[in-house]
Amino acid sequence: MDDAHEGPVLEVTDLETNFKTPAGLVRAVDGVSLSLERGKTIGIVGESGSGKSVLSRSIMGLLPSGNVVRKGSVRYQGQEIGELTPNQLRDFWGPEMAMIFQDPMTSLNPVMKIGNQITESIRYHLDQSKSESRETALALLQSVRIPEPTKRLNEYPHQLSGGMRQRVCIAVALACGPRLLIADEPTTALDVTVQSQILDLLQGQQEARFMAMILVTHDLGVVAGRTDEIAVMYAGQIVERAPTKVLFSKMKMPYTEALLKSIPKIENPSHTRLLAISGRPPSLVSPPSGCRFEPRCLYAQDRCREEMPPLMLAETPGHEYRCWFPVGTPEGKAALEKNLREKETPVGVDTSALVNG
Amino acid sequence: MAGSGKAHLRDGSLLRVEDLVVEFPAGPGRKVHAVSGISLDVVEGETLGLVGESGCGKSTTGKAIMQMPRPTSGTVAFEGEALTSLKGEALRQTRPTMQMIFQDPISSLNPRRKVGDIIGEPLRVWGRGDADEREKKVREVLEAVGIDPDAAMPRRPHQFSGGQCQRISIARALMLDPRVIICDEPVSALDVSVQAQILNLLEDMKARYGLTLIFIAHDLAVVKNVSDRVAVMYLGKVCEVGPPDTLYEEPAHHYTAALLSAIPVPDPEAERLDAGGIGGELPSPLDPPSGCRFRTRCPEAQERCAAEEPLMREVGVNHFVACHFPRIGGTAPPDASVPVTVSQH
Amino acid sequence: MAEQTHPTSTASLQTREDGGLLADAPPEVLDIQPGLADGTGPTGSVKVEKSKGKRLGVMGWLALGWMVLVLLMAVVPTLFPIPALEERSRDAIVSGNFGPQSGHWLGVDGSGYDMASKVVHGARASMTVAVGGITFALLIGGFLGLISGYFRGKVDTVIVGAFNVMLAMPALILALTLATVFATGDNVSYARRVFIVMLAIGIVSIPIIGRIARANTLAWAEREFVLASRLLGTKTPRIIWREVLPNVAPAMFSIALLGVGVAIVAEGGLALLGVGVPASITSPSWGNLIATLRSQLFLGRPWGVFAPSVAIFLTILSLNYLGDVVRARFDVRESVL
Repeated sequence: MDDAHEGPVLEVTDLETNFKTPAGLVRAVDGVSLSLERGKTIGIVGESGSGKSVLSRSIMGLLPSGNVVRKGSVRYQGQEIGELTPNQLRDFWGPEMAMIFQDPMTSLNPVMKIGNQITESIRYHLDQSKSESRETALALLQSVRIPEPTKRLNEYPHQLSGGMRQRVCIAVALACGPRLLIADEPTTALDVTVQSQILDLLQGQQEARFMAMILVTHDLGVVAGRTDEIAVMYAGQIVERAPTKVLFSKMKMPYTEALLKSIPKIENPSHTRLLAISGRPPSLVSPPSGCRFEPRCLYAQDRCREEMPPLMLAETPGHEYRCWFPVGTPEGKAALEKNLREKETPVGVDTSALVNG
Repeated sequence: MAGSGKAHLRDGSLLRVEDLVVEFPAGPGRKVHAVSGISLDVVEGETLGLVGESGCGKSTTGKAIMQMPRPTSGTVAFEGEALTSLKGEALRQTRPTMQMIFQDPISSLNPRRKVGDIIGEPLRVWGRGDADEREKKVREVLEAVGIDPDAAMPRRPHQFSGGQCQRISIARALMLDPRVIICDEPVSALDVSVQAQILNLLEDMKARYGLTLIFIAHDLAVVKNVSDRVAVMYLGKVCEVGPPDTLYEEPAHHYTAALLSAIPVPDPEAERLDAGGIGGELPSPLDPPSGCRFRTRCPEAQERCAAEEPLMREVGVNHFVACHFPRIGGTAPPDASVPVTVSQH
Repeated sequence: MAEQTHPTSTASLQTREDGGLLADAPPEVLDIQPGLADGTGPTGSVKVEKSKGKRLGVMGWLALGWMVLVLLMAVVPTLFPIPALEERSRDAIVSGNFGPQSGHWLGVDGSGYDMASKVVHGARASMTVAVGGITFALLIGGFLGLISGYFRGKVDTVIVGAFNVMLAMPALILALTLATVFATGDNVSYARRVFIVMLAIGIVSIPIIGRIARANTLAWAEREFVLASRLLGTKTPRIIWREVLPNVAPAMFSIALLGVGVAIVAEGGLALLGVGVPASITSPSWGNLIATLRSQLFLGRPWGVFAPSVAIFLTILSLNYLGDVVRARFDVRESVL
């Protein structure tokens, strides 16, 4: 790879990833653009079915070729990922891009010793001897803070706890010094105390190695303090993208606001009524032609159903959103007040709970 | 086996669990100490939140209260009647009073049966009402949980989303007009935006049907939101019991404090506490530590913690902790009346 | 009590008690499923399942057609335009042409009897033995498997032990023993001998079907809906019958269909050893046809073996295919998520 490459490590432009199914084309990722520079972390937040995992797999070039229709471009240091042959991709995974998955148990080979799982890729990509690669593996296990690393090298995955397994997965991913690390729900399967340890570890490694990192999660809390930028996905689209602090302080997209408000918060007294989002995400086979969040949105007006809002620029640089009546603007305020007065949105989402809440 | 004390138990509770022990065989001569002598109670109309990380025995406790499987020892009493001493048909007769909702909404419903059939089953099992009355009740309860009866009854569970399946599970649990519902991680398999719907629904159903809930979850924020009283569990023991607002504001047990500090806060400006507060690994439930079970990971552990198991004592209003050196309430006095208990291990 | 402890929840509930039941439910309670009305879920897998289940395919129809034909042969052989079983073709013997010819479209055997007629009439004995044997195995094996998988523990140990013993015994020897003990001798009626063959096939199939039933029961009984049913106070037989069996049945039927195919072959094997359905001119079975006519292979007259072999081949092929269809059709997509 070209080390002297200027600009972002990763550039995704108008990416579409569709799956052919008997029911029709499932638009899992629908026109997503983003870019990421070295040393930066972007958080991709969305619910299940929002397309966040398909997006991360599209970036990795991990999708099956059979029934997938891809459009748009994913460029890693100027190289188009879609143009790589399977063999070229294999050389890519490890030294250039690496991925960490949700379930540490299934992403490790149960019948292979941990040491071998780490040294396998080191020996393949970095051409190290057996003893050298073992040294590297030991150093890696130390760097992901696994106690008694020498002993662990000869153990099997089932002998470790979930948190330790995820540390091993991180060690495997870091083994060849990738420049881009994609962590797809890395802590969802873990307990809360272990979660914070793993997130701290990821953040520490990302900073120490000056990697670009994509942190995919459904939990806004996970990305809040650990990313430079956040992209919120809904029904295959990025509906809001902003620097982390801006997103939380000046969010424009009603979906982001609703998501944040629907989560029970530790500082609220018990029995605080939650502002749930009604309904559920739309079908990705025939998504609404207008704004995709409109059927569940408290701000929705007739225009939202008729016209899909494009990604619009907010006043803060780097802040984009998809909404005709954004939160915190006079139009948004007027739209919400109108819906509150009429006790429902044009499609009949009851807004009275908001008044009482 | 020494319990963790019963100072927190109240008079006149609806459901009272004392010294509950659940052990599973794990190969020759070994057993998993899933629940090791816990005591809990719930008063009528209350929601008891049971919170802890995976492997702490919270789900096992929920099932043992239902006598499914039966606990190894200890008593579970509903309105003074010990369920643990009932057998066969006598136990079956108590079933309608207590129901349970599970984590996986898909697995909770028989994929081969129609929703109307699933919801009507409890009434048929108990021979309540004739066909018309049963259908009326099915419709009423389905509507109460926000499912359109006409659309839902002829369909099978796989045609519904996770959130809707959980509503249907709740409807089934409500059919026999139970007094107590044990909710075992009812929202952890659901999407964030659907979680709030189900939590609100549970609150509504609780008010509408006058339910008493035991709410088991690993998510502290969720538990705080629904509970009137929270019990924190660690490795088969109860560490701390208290009203949610005080317990979360001023945790007395070091484990509770560590748990609270580890929660990711959706606010980038929030000062993140040093999350390294809880180190080490969860000890094996095959061979739990002597004395206080948290001592191997506790920042304040002392010799006494290994030698003597801490008992529940009150450190605030309705706030109880099982810890020798809690964060509030001062050091536990050496209790002469209770012999120093060293675990067999 | 409730009002004191849940101020917010009661307050919001009261505001909603003004209107009707569903109309006033808060928006979050109305879990609107966009695709439900037109039968498509968010990923459309509802539709997928339907189209997959309804389409049988050309192969499926052919398989089904053949099985219907076999069933007709077994039940009403008179429906077919074939010579009587006792009728011999003098022409064939005289001319030495035993192959397909006018009036004998499947040829004739070495004695000039019509093969088509034998195959059609032989279907009854073969199907009786195979279907009867497998049904028996399905009832006994299915029951034992369900009991074993549902209750586990000691019951399971005993039943699985019994299955293992039965599997360890060579099936043919077991059937042979049964047949020789109960169905040899001069005064044994045809019906009794058929019944014994059926029983022999049934008994050796019990552990196979039983193990499939047990494995599936183990998996399904773990499901929370079974626990939920127990917690509702449902009595055990009803749980097994209404909750577990409907989920285990497709796998059992699928393996049973394969079993019928194997049983038809097994009947042939028993016939070769002389303990199958007793052979005579008027009581053919596919198995005993092959057994009695196999000697003609060496005389250059393959037609006697050819016709029943093809019948067996087509039947097994069809059953295997239908077995897959059954499995696929009842494979409920459990989630649309």
